[in-house]
Amino acid sequence: MTGRRFWQVFGLLADRLVLAVLALVLLLYGMPLLKPFFAALYPTLDRPMYEGDGFAALAADHMALVGLSSLAAAAAGVLAGLAVTRPWGAEFRGLVEALATAGQTFPPVAVLAVAVPAVGFGAAPALIALTLYAVLPIVQNTIAGLEGVPAPVLESARGMGMRPAAILLRVELPLAAPVILAGLRTAVAINVGTAAIASTVGAKTLGLPIIVGLNGANPAYVIQGALVVAALAVVVDLGFDRLALLLSRWQRA
Amino acid sequence: MIRNRVLFVLAAAIAVAALALPFLSFAPNRLLSGQGIALAAALEMPRGLALLAPGAVLLAVPFLRPSRGATAASVAAALLVGAGLLWLAGLHAAELAATAPPAARTSFGSGFWAMEAAALLAALDGARRLGLPAPGRIALGLATALLLAAPLAAGQLDQLSILKEYANRRDAFSDAVLRHGAIVAAALVPTLALGLPLGVLAQRRPTVGRLLFPVLNIVQTIPSIALFGLMLAPLSALSAAFPSLGIAGVGMAPAVIALTLYSLLPIVRNTAAGLDGVPEPVREAARGMGMTPAQLFLRVDVPLALPVLLAGFRITLVQAVGLAAVAALIGAGGLGAIMFQGLFANALDLVLLGAVPVILLALAADALLRLAEALLPLPGGRRAV
Repeated sequence: MTGRRFWQVFGLLADRLVLAVLALVLLLYGMPLLKPFFAALYPTLDRPMYEGDGFAALAADHMALVGLSSLAAAAAGVLAGLAVTRPWGAEFRGLVEALATAGQTFPPVAVLAVAVPAVGFGAAPALIALTLYAVLPIVQNTIAGLEGVPAPVLESARGMGMRPAAILLRVELPLAAPVILAGLRTAVAINVGTAAIASTVGAKTLGLPIIVGLNGANPAYVIQGALVVAALAVVVDLGFDRLALLLSRWQRA
Repeated sequence: MIRNRVLFVLAAAIAVAALALPFLSFAPNRLLSGQGIALAAALEMPRGLALLAPGAVLLAVPFLRPSRGATAASVAAALLVGAGLLWLAGLHAAELAATAPPAARTSFGSGFWAMEAAALLAALDGARRLGLPAPGRIALGLATALLLAAPLAAGQLDQLSILKEYANRRDAFSDAVLRHGAIVAAALVPTLALGLPLGVLAQRRPTVGRLLFPVLNIVQTIPSIALFGLMLAPLSALSAAFPSLGIAGVGMAPAVIALTLYSLLPIVRNTAAGLDGVPEPVREAARGMGMTPAQLFLRVDVPLALPVLLAGFRITLVQAVGLAAVAALIGAGGLGAIMFQGLFANALDLVLLGAVPVILLALAADALLRLAEALLPLPGGRRAV
């Protein structure tokens, strides 16, 4: 290995996002290797390793739930934010802002629980609760981001003869993008955690080993599930860090 | 011509929900799913007028010339619709209970929730349009709470399933509420005792902030259920090593520790940000007046940083109310225990009995702290209101 190659590989390994992804992948696929460790830690347990569903499969379901709800929320939130910042929708802005502020006071876990009497058990209440909750920070930040576009910039875009649609797509949205991304990040972070709790309403997620472990007094399951959920949350957080960095570079270019 | 499109949409939503969605749901017992009952069935005359009259006002106001009077009428009508829905639901549930076996349950249907939400949003939007000063907003908020709580306090809702569930476990419920408050309070004491000095330190010594904030940020990144789970290992090891400490891997101790870890970030961050916001010329002037460092801190820094600090405290408190509900999973008790008991036993009224008070507690905590922020005296003896 030449010196330069070594530093390239070393640099990659020193990247926090790469390290976190690596740790997550190791936890997802290498957890069974830790069985002797958990057996030594809890010698009284008959089953020191969660073997119900693979961690990778649970993680895939978890991410599907988070991804689907966040995408739906992003579409709805950005559209709503756009609508109330246009002249024809401005009348609804106060209501939407008040709703977004008040709605975020509701604890996510309570929203999740209340969804069950409404639609029953399973993935459906989780999907609905996660989507509804995620819309709030996204719409709030979309409004704030669009509002933060300096008036002189809009003025000069109009002066250049740009049409409203072009101004929106080429001036307003690019300038508001970092703030909208921050809203999406808040939403996804909350959803990763709430999706784990969604195992209590019958959705199969990474919270399942934790819930099974807590109900069955098996601390090894709880720790295994908690490690994976925590790693996933850190990966998502660092991923958004990277995304924000790329976005600001692209904006400056 | 529609003059107020927001109110029109909300009033139309109420009308559609009234016609198309079930107002109540009636089930032979608490485990079976119920049959929908339309609002029309509960609208017996003349008492149905209690709902129909304000409902008609609500539908008419969007077409009137906008004025403060019309807006005030819409707020009043929306609140009356909100209270009337509750009252009619209670009355109809009582009538159904009179002829049904004792195990039968009447619960709120999707139509009720949709109409109630739309009515409260209409009131909220109207209040916003009125642009009331803080005392007016506070009075209106109190009036709303009283109006909605009145049928509950008068026992008119007693035949609804959520209150039947409450009647079955009155003692357990009040214990759970107290326990919930105790968890939150027990976490707030170490949070403030640690967070305030750390915040001051982080603002004065940038090195401390550079070390502290990344750690606190990572803690906030970890989902609550995972943090509770991760507390299990060290705490159960600790209790095995020192059984006399009375600490266990499950129960109150890990809940309070995890809640404290979460709560530190908003407190430390807002303490530092609040102190950062004190203008340096103000400090200069205070020093010029001969204030000692202690006087400067207590009489200049603290009062000026207080609004930001209070906002941090509000965020912490609301967050802690929700997290305490999750802590029920590790055996901490509280309202979350009722909620999860209902989820695990497929008893949906029990779920609501746990979840709805958690939401109300969070809303109340938020409203109280916002009230405190609004009443805070500004420098020079003025108030924000």
